[in-house]
Amino acid sequence: MVLELQKPRPIWQIMFSTHHTDVGLLYLITSLAFLFLGGSLALVIRAELFLPGAQIIGDAMTFNRIFTVHGTTLIFLFIIPFASAVGNYYVPIMVRYKDMAYPKLNAIAFWMIPPGGALIWLGFADFTWYATPPYSIISAPGPAADMWIFGLKILGISSVLGAINFIVTILKCKHPDMSIGQVPLLAWSFLSSSLIILVAIPTFAAALLMLLTDRLGVSGFFNPAMGGDPIAYAHLFWFTFHPEVYVLVIPAIGMMYEIIPRFSRKPIYSYNSGIFAFVLLSIVGFSSWAHHMYATGMSFTEKTVFMVGTLAAVPASAMHVFNFIATMWNGRIKFLTPMMWSVGGIALFFSAGAGGVANAAMPLDFTTHDTYWVVGHFHLFVMGTIAFGSIGFLYYMFPYVTGRMYNETLGKVHFIMSFVGTVLVFFTQHVLGLYGMPRRIFDYPPIPEWIAMNQIATVGAMIIGISMAIFLANMIYSSGKGKLANTEDPFGVGGKYYYPFEAKNPSH
Amino acid sequence: MGGHSNWPEWIYIGVIVAIMVWVGAEAWDAERLVEHVPEDAETIIVTGQQWFWTFEYEDGTKTIGDLYVEVGKAYKLEIVSKDVNHSFNIHDYVVLMDAIPGRVNTVWFAPTEVGTYDIQCREFCGLIHYNMRGTLIVEEAST
Repeated sequence: MVLELQKPRPIWQIMFSTHHTDVGLLYLITSLAFLFLGGSLALVIRAELFLPGAQIIGDAMTFNRIFTVHGTTLIFLFIIPFASAVGNYYVPIMVRYKDMAYPKLNAIAFWMIPPGGALIWLGFADFTWYATPPYSIISAPGPAADMWIFGLKILGISSVLGAINFIVTILKCKHPDMSIGQVPLLAWSFLSSSLIILVAIPTFAAALLMLLTDRLGVSGFFNPAMGGDPIAYAHLFWFTFHPEVYVLVIPAIGMMYEIIPRFSRKPIYSYNSGIFAFVLLSIVGFSSWAHHMYATGMSFTEKTVFMVGTLAAVPASAMHVFNFIATMWNGRIKFLTPMMWSVGGIALFFSAGAGGVANAAMPLDFTTHDTYWVVGHFHLFVMGTIAFGSIGFLYYMFPYVTGRMYNETLGKVHFIMSFVGTVLVFFTQHVLGLYGMPRRIFDYPPIPEWIAMNQIATVGAMIIGISMAIFLANMIYSSGKGKLANTEDPFGVGGKYYYPFEAKNPSH
Repeated sequence: MGGHSNWPEWIYIGVIVAIMVWVGAEAWDAERLVEHVPEDAETIIVTGQQWFWTFEYEDGTKTIGDLYVEVGKAYKLEIVSKDVNHSFNIHDYVVLMDAIPGRVNTVWFAPTEVGTYDIQCREFCGLIHYNMRGTLIVEEAST
């Protein structure tokens, strides 16, 4: 690992570099910037919903734009680039290669993200991250909608290029002495998620083009007025984005596989079952996409098939949970910040999964579908599991990146506040969904239960917001003024770190 | 891989698989019953458009916003849309079905208690989606 901030370099040297740790640093900083941007939008949404009636956002159109950009930003501009950052830092070192397989392609994949992000933020589209036709074709105002389509197109190509790079690096560039069965689980997680990207993303890329030509009026793929079918879009979209859920969650699980054995001071319980569960998840992830569409009028048989496909993913996810718990069992656990985030992430992963089983069961889905239950459910994954795993890993790699330690107390405060906040917001939203509040609404009637639940959720969101401010201050202060890290063993957990902390830095 | 045995993991996976099979079987059985529309159900055509619901009864009358039904009778709702996707929802009776332009989706329910209930749109449909609401009015049986 290269110590970035210990050896100051002019910024253009990092920007034009193709070295994997430099590209990793660019990914890292970009993704964190978008985490704070997208997170701020969440706070605006929660503040607006604190009470019925318009509070701080004047009109529904602005509200619709805000939640659209919030979702798009955090999925495509925080979670995916953050995983790429970790992959860039760790995958070449884990497979013992000097760099990514295609360093220039790596830099190109990164540099597609800022223009993609700019298109999304400058356009500020209003048609939800799902861009439902026919609304997105006949009603959504341009050029915002068109900018969103182009932005997503660019980000999609970027993740395909990144995926190709990870696959080739792991399969073709690993050290000849190393068999694929010896590659660490974090690298395995990138192999699995990259393979999913390669299979899943092209479908959405096609759907986006069709959406664009529909908007231009030259085709009618999804426009019923021209003989098209909006349901076709739903299938194409979810064929990409249900597997995409696993693209997001698998690297986060991989990061936990790196942290949990280290801080438990025990080897992983079962390396093979970790690999097996990754591969199984990336296959069964493709058998469940239409569980998002039970209420679109699907036949009983179709629904049954997709329910079975969805439930089939549960044992694989449960194997990871078992593996983590069995690894911690009888371990001499040191609860430093990265470990706290990982363990918290597992707890919330389990909760989110349990809620998912309820969604998958056909009759129950008609109670929860498109209510706040669903919002709570997938936020427990994206925030509770993926962001928790990612933030924990950021604390873990902080000494390697900066050569300094973060403030441990502030790190723990950050975790505790975020955990309490996440439980308050997203568990409450499950209940709110059972009371029937639909998602994506700017205003709601003054039903006492709805008001109470929304207020609890807003308070929780503000607690997360404050904890994130503490996090930002900790990162900025510690990267310049934190105490110097012992890069041999920054966390004092003993044992041998498997990976050299200083990558060779050949110039390209 | 230490020298430990793997039987705890196999038992655990067995339990998880058993729970999933049970959930799947129960859900399949319940949904099969729920989807069976009674023969004598009265048909009401429900039309969603930005941003209100229209109800057309079997006798040809139409109402906007308010759906009038009688307690104890079964109703089959044929849900259509004039513009974009909507989703017709009476949360208290677990009635939920998307209104998709170009398609006719059906769902049925039988109100069990006299009273008024909220109707709402649960699929994002644009500017006034948040206020695309109506009222279900369940009246005493006329005969």
